[in-house]
Amino acid sequence: MSKFAFVRRELAPSLPPPVRNTGLIVWVHRRLFATPGDTLLTVLAGLFLLWAVPPLWGFLVGNAVPPGGTVEQCRVENVGACWAYIASEIEFFIYGFYPMDEYWRPNVVFALFGVLAALLLMPKVPYKVPSAIGFFILLPIISIVLLLGGSFGLKPVPTEQWGGLLVTLILSVVGICCSVPLAILLALGRQSKLPIIKTLCISFIELVRAVPLITVLFMASIMLPLFMPQGTTVDKLLRALVGVTLFEAAYLAEVIRGGMQAIGRGQYEAGQALGLGYWKRMGFIVLPQALKHVIPGIVGNFISLFKDTSLVYIVGMKDLLEAVKTKNDALEWAAPTQAVTGYVFAAAVFWIFCFSMSRYSLFWERRLNTGHKR
Amino acid sequence: MSKKLLSIALAAGLGLAATSAFAQATVSPTLDAIKAKGYVQCGVTGGVPGFSAPDSNNVWTGLEVDYCRALAAAVFNNADSVRYTSLTSQERFTALSAGEIDVLSRTTTWTMSRDTQLGIKFVGTMFYDGQGFMVRKADGINSALELSGAAICIESGTTTELNAADYFAANKLEFKTVVFVDQDEVVKAYEDGRCDVYTTDSSALAAERSKFANPADHIILPEIISKEPLGPVVRQGDDGWFNIARWTYYALLEAEELGVTSANVDEMLASDNPAIKRLLGVEGDFGTPMGLTKDWAYQIIKLVGNYAESYDKHVGPNTPIGLARGLNALWRDGGIQYSPPIR
Repeated sequence: MSKFAFVRRELAPSLPPPVRNTGLIVWVHRRLFATPGDTLLTVLAGLFLLWAVPPLWGFLVGNAVPPGGTVEQCRVENVGACWAYIASEIEFFIYGFYPMDEYWRPNVVFALFGVLAALLLMPKVPYKVPSAIGFFILLPIISIVLLLGGSFGLKPVPTEQWGGLLVTLILSVVGICCSVPLAILLALGRQSKLPIIKTLCISFIELVRAVPLITVLFMASIMLPLFMPQGTTVDKLLRALVGVTLFEAAYLAEVIRGGMQAIGRGQYEAGQALGLGYWKRMGFIVLPQALKHVIPGIVGNFISLFKDTSLVYIVGMKDLLEAVKTKNDALEWAAPTQAVTGYVFAAAVFWIFCFSMSRYSLFWERRLNTGHKR
Repeated sequence: MSKKLLSIALAAGLGLAATSAFAQATVSPTLDAIKAKGYVQCGVTGGVPGFSAPDSNNVWTGLEVDYCRALAAAVFNNADSVRYTSLTSQERFTALSAGEIDVLSRTTTWTMSRDTQLGIKFVGTMFYDGQGFMVRKADGINSALELSGAAICIESGTTTELNAADYFAANKLEFKTVVFVDQDEVVKAYEDGRCDVYTTDSSALAAERSKFANPADHIILPEIISKEPLGPVVRQGDDGWFNIARWTYYALLEAEELGVTSANVDEMLASDNPAIKRLLGVEGDFGTPMGLTKDWAYQIIKLVGNYAESYDKHVGPNTPIGLARGLNALWRDGGIQYSPPIR
């Protein structure tokens, strides 16, 4: 009496080879033509591409005038994009009215910003604390000294002469960096048990969120000077920066509060049980989890802030989009597709920045994923 | 409470009195402030080619920019002592009243309500603009009076629309409007042949025409159907600065009338013509009473040029805008630009 009920004595007969489940043909079959409905959709999508792509290609590449071309080449019937115009005016799009001899100053700031931001944003790079000091303390000081000039023998360049991508980046980077801490404080304040703080935070958030950004900027630019004694002027860029930051903080505060409400009560109580004070409890237990939950919301706000910076045109500042619009009227490059090319260029630049932000946030979501993700 | 209000009112009254006493002591508080800060702050457009727009070196340039440079030349003997503030049409007057700019030189139409109600003063008319018509050359139209039955592309909600309606009604002409919200759409529609006529201010017509693939296929009709006098503006209440602003403009005209240009101004210093002598400060002193130097006009002409030089350089027939002098010619050449005598 064996203790095994059944023992196979010979090899099992080999099964027929599996239907191919990898490879191009299988992929095409399964993803594109699995059912009649799918087939129909595929054909329609294909037709759409056939209809849309060739003219688009023709405009962007085929009939386009490459950089280095002349305005006469752009001034013909049915011409494509006039890239020569973009190449010739690119400096205005990046620096605005910044004096040409002084371009090295914004360039140094761009380079410093790029290096420090990369050091901070790449998790594998060590020395986070020195690079954070560099980014949040040294970079602003160096930028102000370099860009404004007037000290160390640098020629002064008032902010009216700043423009283009420089202004767009300054507005969005400062807006993003200053609004996050403010937003966290507002979110904490809104949940505070102290009535005055709570009321102040709620009123601020609700007031600012109830007003369009364009109104905030317009008020800051047009109403503020009327209230102030004649002759005292606050820099336009500074006014816009404050407006954008406060506006962004109010929105972010609500996003962060949403994240904090998703943290179970047990977490707060566990912190209390461990004898942690308010700031430690929030800083080490609640906020890290809450912020992780709302990364998509926060980055969504950053992206919309980046695009909203183009509203500063209302106060006469030349951000990237407004710089492009200004040059779209330039008669040296007057051509049938001049304006369209300018807008395509501006859209492409905005897209690159927004898409990078979006990808970077996805990267962090994956990295911080601890199994909560559904 | 009422005591407090009273004291505030008193303080304000004293302040006012002090300011007016101060104003009597100097020629112009604005001029003093400008001299103290070292530059003239000039409000310009966001970019209108020919009037104020960045050139290929990304420096402000244009007819109205030249006026700002002329002011700086008069005050500082340096036409580059200007800072420009790009203003939208909504904020331009507030910026001026709030003292953010010293002079507004921004394609601003001189109207009665603006002149009398906004606390501002128009200096003069740097450029007589007006609404015109553009048609295709192939249509063989030579006058707006031949436009009966035409389809006209117009930007909606503007005075342009009303002016056109008035003009056609007054001349008993039939017409059909094709209305769009945006200037770019209007131009596109005209280009695509959806209408026969495109109408807006003639300076803008010329600028838009230069963007067409074949600008020569389109002509601007001679009729101008509205008055759009564009000129610099200063704050009301500082007559000294107003005088400087006004006579800077007149100096540009007077120089053209006397044939003094930036090229020959140094030779003209030796001229026997008493009018030229007075203009250039060789004889008499007209600058010092305004708070400027004796050679203020010499500096303007030397550093910026006369009115004709600016006009020809920025909007004249040899520029892409290509506007003939028309109304903007001097009075003796059939236009209405006229400077009172400097004496």
